[in-house]
Amino acid sequence: MTAILEAVGVSKSFTTGFLRKNRFHAVEDISLRINADDASVTAIAGESGSGKTTLARLLLKMIQPTEGTVLYRGHNLRVITNREQKSYRREVQAVFQDPFEVYNPFYKVDAVLHGPAEKFRLAETRAKRQKLIDQALEMAGLRPEETLGRYPHQLSGGQRQRVMVARAILLRPKVLIADEPVSMVDASLRATILETLLKLNREFGAALIYITHDLTTAFQISDNIYILYKGSVVEAGDTDKAINDPRHPYTQLLVRSIPRPDPKAKWGPPERASALGLRASSGCKFAPRCPMAMQRCWDTMPPLFQGDVDRVAACYLEDKHPHVMAKDMSSVLG
Amino acid sequence: MNEPQIGPKEALIIQGKRDTVLEVDDLHVYYDTNLGPIKAVNGVSFRLRRGESLGLVGESGSGKSTTVLSLMGLIKPPGRIVKGRILLNGLDIVRATDREIRAVRFVKMSLVPQGAMNSLNPVMKIGEQIADTIRAHIPKSTNSSIKSRITEVLESVDLSPSVVKRYPHELSGGMKQRVCMAMATALRPEVIIADEPTSALDVVVQRQVFETLKSLQESLSASVLLVGHDMGLMAQFVDRVAVMYAGKIVELSPTTEFFEKPFHPYAKQLIDSLPTLGRRRPLTGITGLPPSLRMLPPGCPFHPRCAKAMDQCRSVEPSFVQASGCRSVACHLFPKV
Repeated sequence: MTAILEAVGVSKSFTTGFLRKNRFHAVEDISLRINADDASVTAIAGESGSGKTTLARLLLKMIQPTEGTVLYRGHNLRVITNREQKSYRREVQAVFQDPFEVYNPFYKVDAVLHGPAEKFRLAETRAKRQKLIDQALEMAGLRPEETLGRYPHQLSGGQRQRVMVARAILLRPKVLIADEPVSMVDASLRATILETLLKLNREFGAALIYITHDLTTAFQISDNIYILYKGSVVEAGDTDKAINDPRHPYTQLLVRSIPRPDPKAKWGPPERASALGLRASSGCKFAPRCPMAMQRCWDTMPPLFQGDVDRVAACYLEDKHPHVMAKDMSSVLG
Repeated sequence: MNEPQIGPKEALIIQGKRDTVLEVDDLHVYYDTNLGPIKAVNGVSFRLRRGESLGLVGESGSGKSTTVLSLMGLIKPPGRIVKGRILLNGLDIVRATDREIRAVRFVKMSLVPQGAMNSLNPVMKIGEQIADTIRAHIPKSTNSSIKSRITEVLESVDLSPSVVKRYPHELSGGMKQRVCMAMATALRPEVIIADEPTSALDVVVQRQVFETLKSLQESLSASVLLVGHDMGLMAQFVDRVAVMYAGKIVELSPTTEFFEKPFHPYAKQLIDSLPTLGRRRPLTGITGLPPSLRMLPPGCPFHPRCAKAMDQCRSVEPSFVQASGCRSVACHLFPKV
């Protein structure tokens, strides 16, 4: 199977401090593959600071990796030709968290739809272009006559986010990267927007990369999931297995901390607060918080162990299983 | 019939045996604009009983935050309280003078605002900020009593006393949120209003912060009004849930019964639209948009989005009535018993 978008062992570190001596690893050795022919939904989940947005920015060529490569149809994004770059910019689309920041407040919302339609020559005539735009808006659940001709501030947050989805639909992308698309939208609208994203996935075969801190929505819509902690993958694989039977202590902690909207499903016990704040130097990043931490966890970082055909966890508790190299992780999930 | 389990605390609340600490009666708050008033709160009534936790849920624009601001006596022009009463231990906040309100704020009733952790002064040590709160409301307190109280409240939120010498940027988000809770409870209030206290924190820290809130509530026998839109938090934390829609409470029920069988069609759609763990199902949102608070539709404000709307709903607004034992709802499908 050919990959349309692939990250191979990517790391991104930022330097800070006097003489830029402090290195901060936002993303460390992550591999991920999105295949061209099966329209999958991949979730990337983690709390703030886990590196999930940095990973999205790497995949979108908004920043360059410090190590490793991002490949678009086998071409390294760093040295891609103009022609390939243009097709990459069309086939890989993004929807961001804040549906206000992407708009120019002085332009009508039409601009974000007409711009790409002209740039990529989606239609020969103005009338045909308008028709495509109207169709895309309807697909996203908006009425064109109520949306076009307005300024961004005249639309609600949910409507603005749906215009961004309509823009993506217009371009018929192969990959849609959605970075926290519903975190600023009301609970009642969340389901509607996620449903529109899934429609794009099912009806037009666009692979969806759903980046979120919310495991519940990730569970609802994704086939595969990557759980990040401080820039590294701690658990990855089939979403059902990772959420319903998590292997990594961090995933377990996350799952039991979610408040269920059901008074009978009791909230799990809280983590001891005092455990926070310690730092592991070379070992597992989660060791200072892990109730099961052993000496080896403090010494060396655990590799990914493959407990199931389609699931890996970076934890020594899983060391009876064969381990896989980070760069081969994507083949486990592929 | 499957009766939900009722704990002793809930039973007391349901029977109304606990005394009321806060009573809101027919509160109307409008914001004046050039195009006419925006009716942000349009007839809200509820009672908060001693020691109970009440959840106030609703989407953005439903009037939750305006209700909270009114309770704290913080409505400023263009907002105005048009009518209604807010009784805190007999004092009517709506009619009280600034001086009277200042005497109860933080002392009887305190607020942990949304994003509270960003409200800390970045150039002031934590200890000084808590001391400031105490001094501002009890001017006669001595330095040594302030000092011992600070150590006490920090301990009650699970923070070490060394935090007093720290600046806010030296603390994590969860720690800062706990400092805000320490500040809010430093004067042992009877009512703690928490407006989405954990919306910027991740789930693990959120879990800890709520544990802290629960233990604070128990040690002070305080009542908590938890405002937000996270139904999961409501299910786990509060005793009763009040659902707001277009400036009104449309349903108020004990938590267990509410989640088992919500009465109001809006509440039902709200619960059905929640994604859950464990079982996948098609996602269904609530169709349509909330109404404009400037021009509310005639009849029930929810009728344009309601699948069960009848003729009556389009013309007559349902009143908020007791529909069964301890549940109240504003819907024509559930008449007064």
